[in-house]
Amino acid sequence: MRGNWKLLALVLAVVALFAAGCGEGKKDEAKKLVLGVAGAHSGDLASYGLPTVNAAKLVAADINAKGGVLGMQVEVLSQDDQCKPEMATNAATKLLSEDVKIVLGHICSGATKAALEIYKDGNIVCMSPSATNPPLTQSGDYPNFFRTIASDDAQAQLEVDFAKNLGLKNIAVIHDKGDYGKGFASFCKQFIEEDGGMSVALFEGVTPGAVDYSAVVQKIKNSGADGVIFGGYHPEASKIVTAMRKKNIDIPFLSDDGVKDDTFIKVAGEYAEGVYATGPRDISGNPLYAVAEEAHKKEFGTDPGAFYYQAYAAAQALLNAVEKAGGTDYDKVVNALRTEYVETPLGKIKFDGRGDAEGVGFSVYQVKNGQYVEVE
Amino acid sequence: MEYFLEILFGGLTRGSIYALIALGYTMVYGIIELINFAHGEIYMIGAFTGLIIAGVLGAAGFPAAAIFVLAILGAVLYSAAYGYTIEKIAYKPLRGAQRLSPLISAIGMSIFLQNYVMLAQTSDFLPFPSLIPEFKVPWIGHIISSSELIIVVVTILVCIGLTLFIKFTRLGKAMRATAQNRKMAMLVGINVNTVISATFVVGSSLAAVGGVLIASHIGQINYYIGFIAGIKAFTAAVLGGIGSVPGAMLGALILGQTEAFATGYVSSDYEDVFAFALLVLILIFRPAGIMGKEPVQKV
Repeated sequence: MRGNWKLLALVLAVVALFAAGCGEGKKDEAKKLVLGVAGAHSGDLASYGLPTVNAAKLVAADINAKGGVLGMQVEVLSQDDQCKPEMATNAATKLLSEDVKIVLGHICSGATKAALEIYKDGNIVCMSPSATNPPLTQSGDYPNFFRTIASDDAQAQLEVDFAKNLGLKNIAVIHDKGDYGKGFASFCKQFIEEDGGMSVALFEGVTPGAVDYSAVVQKIKNSGADGVIFGGYHPEASKIVTAMRKKNIDIPFLSDDGVKDDTFIKVAGEYAEGVYATGPRDISGNPLYAVAEEAHKKEFGTDPGAFYYQAYAAAQALLNAVEKAGGTDYDKVVNALRTEYVETPLGKIKFDGRGDAEGVGFSVYQVKNGQYVEVE
Repeated sequence: MEYFLEILFGGLTRGSIYALIALGYTMVYGIIELINFAHGEIYMIGAFTGLIIAGVLGAAGFPAAAIFVLAILGAVLYSAAYGYTIEKIAYKPLRGAQRLSPLISAIGMSIFLQNYVMLAQTSDFLPFPSLIPEFKVPWIGHIISSSELIIVVVTILVCIGLTLFIKFTRLGKAMRATAQNRKMAMLVGINVNTVISATFVVGSSLAAVGGVLIASHIGQINYYIGFIAGIKAFTAAVLGGIGSVPGAMLGALILGQTEAFATGYVSSDYEDVFAFALLVLILIFRPAGIMGKEPVQKV
């Protein structure tokens, strides 16, 4: 019996602690607009997610300095999902419970999809700077979803057209079995087959993190392919391209914007030379691009990372929509996103009925002397 | 025919790496009946140590072959120290406890080491230099690269060395005795603590060799590589009969070949499906693994 009393006391103490914590949280909620930022902030894909947090902070600081949105100070609340769907739902639930109305994120398509169900039920507007999986907008399932990057099928079309221009006839299409990589690879396969002049030599998925890829590389060699298109992220791409080059397979290697990251060049080193990757179109001519870049250098002392400008534009678009809608009412914000233009580093954008930004797209890049250079 | 041989050698390389890790699992299990889930992390730490040593020696201008040998030696020493320490910290205090406790402790250790390396080093992938000397292999150079050949040869040498060690040295004999019956071994004057420590040291050294070899072969590492390699090696150990040293070698070889041929002749989408379907099949017909002993009911 004595033990039970102790337990009860402990439970009460814990409950009291929580109650105290909650009470404190509620106090200063007036006059502030919380911008949720979700994505990979740790783990091996953190280099894709962290620039978005920086972008959100910089946009928030900029707008706060000008008096905030409708007089509310913007506060950034970031949640880490490590690009894992199960962690993304946790992050989304956390943001929902914090009564966040606008979310910048997530970074990876799989994680975004998992989180969107929760946002949809909670009437939260979600805008990703990087999730390119086509059904996210094209299925029409998520009217609350927007993105400032073009979808994979646009990217795949460009990739296949480019492969055709290179004179490739028989292409091995490899992917990493993930939502993003496999989606992209399937579109490439579809476009190659529709083209008629080209054929798919091989369509295979590799297991991310496997000890080595020599068997699949042998298979590429044996298939007689004159080029490889890879859908996935840089860790697998660098392993495959390294194994290919070590086996003296010198056919062109084309990939997506999951590979258009400087980490790929750093890891694959000399073997990265000549690799093609599609990535967001060069936007450095836009006036706000320089502003965003300068702000990042001033605050963090480094050049911005992947998807930084897309995230910067998304943060601006979200906050602008709240301003134009006169509050965080779901229908009004969605309407504002679709009708009101906003000046961003990507140019002057608004969103179409499905949630894709109008006027953003992809270009092809090639690694030359350790750097990605745009090819025409 | 050439394609077949290429796949065969690819599978052999893969199996060799699994073998180097699987031996550590099986030896530890044989002695104290513990599945050392932190073993994959030892492999990862070995690879990181190799990278650091190679970086330092490379900057100091050592010749490539010397860097290769010293990186392996350094990785072996460092990983062995980790293996020894892990046993002392995480398993020894729990030796009298029920069997689940050290298992949980092992999983905790694995998570701790992964996160420790992530924080102390980086969460990014790092390039790993090609330490293995590049040369053209005579006769079969078009189907096997020098790094694959060296991985296979080193693994064979290590396996032979380990077998001789267990068969003919005093310590090896003590290990076999402890594996058979720990209490009885104690009664005849074997220092069981030393034997267990030695087992961890040997197992960790083998994993470190594997870590440096494979990292050099594929050219990149990060803090997470130990997890998947560890799971696969554990599968190999179970396949061959956990607790049995030749079983682990055989299991690793079979697993490597199964994966390579599944990729080569079916599809790499089904690589894991084939590997684990094989595991299930073998366990149905031989529950203790291919070379495992059926457990004797102690009355």
